[in-house]
Amino acid sequence: MAEKILQIRNLRVTFDTPFGQVFAVRGVDLDVEESELLGVVGESGSGKSVTFLAAIGLLSSRARVTGSVVLQGEELIGKSPQQMRSVRGRLMSMIFQDPLSALNPVHRVGKQIVEMLQSHQNLTSKQAATRAVELLDLVGIPQPEQRSSQYPHEFSGGMRQRVVIAIAIANNPKLLIADEPTTALDVTVQAQILEVIKRVQQQIGTAVVLITHDLGVIARVADRVDVMYAGRNIEQGSIESLYDHPSHPYTRGLLASIPQPGKDRLTPIRGFPPNMMAPPSGCAFRTRCEFAEPTCEVDIPELRIFNDLQTACLRAQELPNFRVRQ
Amino acid sequence: MIRYILRRLAWALPTMLIVTFLVYVALRIGTNPVESYKRSNPRVTPEKIQQYIDINGLNPNYVLGYFRWLNNFLTGNWPRSIKGSREVWPALKDAMANTLRLGIAATVVGVFFGLIFGLLASLRPGGRRDIAINTGAFVGISIPPYISAILLQLLFAVYWQRWFGSSLFPTSGVYPAGHTGFDLFLMLKFMALPTIVVAIQIIATYSRYLRASLLDVLNSDYMRTARSKGISERRVLIHHGMRNALIPIVTVAAIDFGSIVGGLIISENIFSYPGMGLYFLKSFGDGDFPLLMPWMVIIVASILIFNLVADLSYAWLDPRIRRE
Repeated sequence: MAEKILQIRNLRVTFDTPFGQVFAVRGVDLDVEESELLGVVGESGSGKSVTFLAAIGLLSSRARVTGSVVLQGEELIGKSPQQMRSVRGRLMSMIFQDPLSALNPVHRVGKQIVEMLQSHQNLTSKQAATRAVELLDLVGIPQPEQRSSQYPHEFSGGMRQRVVIAIAIANNPKLLIADEPTTALDVTVQAQILEVIKRVQQQIGTAVVLITHDLGVIARVADRVDVMYAGRNIEQGSIESLYDHPSHPYTRGLLASIPQPGKDRLTPIRGFPPNMMAPPSGCAFRTRCEFAEPTCEVDIPELRIFNDLQTACLRAQELPNFRVRQ
Repeated sequence: MIRYILRRLAWALPTMLIVTFLVYVALRIGTNPVESYKRSNPRVTPEKIQQYIDINGLNPNYVLGYFRWLNNFLTGNWPRSIKGSREVWPALKDAMANTLRLGIAATVVGVFFGLIFGLLASLRPGGRRDIAINTGAFVGISIPPYISAILLQLLFAVYWQRWFGSSLFPTSGVYPAGHTGFDLFLMLKFMALPTIVVAIQIIATYSRYLRASLLDVLNSDYMRTARSKGISERRVLIHHGMRNALIPIVTVAAIDFGSIVGGLIISENIFSYPGMGLYFLKSFGDGDFPLLMPWMVIIVASILIFNLVADLSYAWLDPRIRRE
């Protein structure tokens, strides 16, 4: 089995707001293996972004984080901001959703890459500038020399996202977190960006966590999938197993809700995601689950291995076989 | 870029002509020096009156009068003041020097402290420090300069003298009566109170500007990108935050400074500070357009120039609006 780069155990994130506490992440267990591409899916508010913002230490001071995040054998929770700074950008880096606003408008693109390089490596300005051009080339930006002295507004959205990727991988991080990197882009560009991420993952051997709500994106590039719901991960496994025979009713609902050609009606999951200020007791999905029974109100299901997947459902073994209704 | 500047400067000319013409007409309508001349010399002959009119360029046709004045002004043959028949340029030059000194000192002090307070306030919005600074800025903006000036005069001159035997700062003028020559220390002492009064306003305004601008910037995505690089918080704030937040403020500062050149009428009046504002009050009260017109030209020129400076600095600071 491949070595584990990142191990998250019982991670909990709570935000104190004027209206009360928001339990955004409620005990996430997750491993990322070396140079794999892990997809993390879930709907808005499921805690997928918050989980990884907590891991990289970019949450505001209003967030309370407990549990354990181990990166290459090093515990990150409880590190001082200074210590986290030396991890961020060097061992672990992040790509954000909106490339149009992710780059500083007043600095040249090359300079923004150089800043990343020089903050973690001892490079002369000239070496760093050369490396920046190489990185732009690696992420598929044509004429990288000229482009590196241009400003972000001179780039299209897709090109800017490539620049953001170039910044993120500048120091050959062990782990790259991509938080909805294609959501703000149009479909043809989405495919190109996914290709770039996949290529980067293979060329520099970094592990990638791809956070998205788009099952199509996951299917295209991920090796393994982690499904999150209401601040917990409820199912994990290889892409093949999860798409072929999902066990958790929520995962089944997600797959069933993908629009099918030739089918008039969508098959949505009924109900709404829970209010994270007062999540339901027991299994958070039980309020929307057609298989729920009284025990689901009591016990919070843990991830258990079933059918070569890890599933957090008390009734996983009793459920009928999954079949996408045609 | 050069063409842009030239075009802007070319536009400044008609603006200048229109403004000076309107001011000329307004002054001529509003005041009648001939009447006051007649009143103070009741037995004056018509020849004398005509002579007075000719000397001072009081042509009853305003349009002709304006172009006569313009011609004299452009050829460097400035008419003397109506009252006292003094040369205009030396008085105007001194007034401008005094105002520039006060304006620059107050702007430097005001913008410096304003930016520091604005930065401190925005770091933890809603925190105790933020509330204190906001309240202070609100009070600072709300107290008009004529109140704060009198309070400061009371404190540093009147009460100080009562408590410690001598006043800390003088309350009026630029030098003690009868002083000649240049004395930096004495000058700064005389400038202290007017500078503080003007600076209070600037501090209050700019701390609020910067706070608003910086809060906008601090919440933007590229700040999160900057933090994700693992660079120091200080670098994130200065290099990415302030660099962006200052763009609109530099622009506003340039425009504000342009209007300061026109004189700080209220403050200069209270402190009897012989700058452009006091110059204006005196010559306006006398309806003395030979004094007032060059003042007007300087004001309009400085506003036009500093507006151009504001636009150019915007283009210089923000690559998004740079153009050829």
